[in-house]
Amino acid sequence: MSAALLTGAVLIAQILLVVAMGCAAFRVLRGPRAQDRVLALDTLYVNAAMLLLVFGIRTGSTHYFDAALVITLLGFVSTAALAKFLMRGEVIE
Amino acid sequence: MSQAADLPLWAAVPVALLLLLGAGLALIGSLGLLTLRGFYERVHAPTLNTTLGIGSILLASMLFFSVLQTRFVLHELLIVFFMIVTTPVTLMLLTRAVLYRDRREGNAAVPPGTPGAGESEE
Repeated sequence: MSAALLTGAVLIAQILLVVAMGCAAFRVLRGPRAQDRVLALDTLYVNAAMLLLVFGIRTGSTHYFDAALVITLLGFVSTAALAKFLMRGEVIE
Repeated sequence: MSQAADLPLWAAVPVALLLLLGAGLALIGSLGLLTLRGFYERVHAPTLNTTLGIGSILLASMLFFSVLQTRFVLHELLIVFFMIVTTPVTLMLLTRAVLYRDRREGNAAVPPGTPGAGESEE
């Protein structure tokens, strides 16, 4: 009973998260300006971390947690660097 | 899903509900990113993912592994703390950069900066 419930919930959550990642990836490809792409990339990182956590629940191993932690760290660093680039890189000078 | 059979029903129901809540909130945030017009409306949407969405999935993960291993598994608090600290910082950095760019280009949709307020941006 609980196994069937969890299997269904994990499957539905994975499908929803993949659709959400598709929306964010579409905004990355389509985004009219650079800032839209940066924002969508940040969202894509967070969705990928959530998908890895759901994978961890599905397989019952805690190793996926480390990957999710690394993804959130890299997402923070890359978004901060890209925001800095948007402020300094193109417009001034 | 071999381990999930060991999980009692009183723990499986909240885990399933929290998973569905988090994934649904992630989908709503990403759909908002897709459908809203303009950057300044769009920057509000992903905060749904980064606060309540990932929070509920992390809570589900904590509950699942704590019940499964019959001890407290609290690594996930690291990600919770990290997301709470970094999300406002990155979005504020990004929005200030975009506001600066729009003002620099003379975009009419953005109100002009008040004198004396923009010097810290340089």
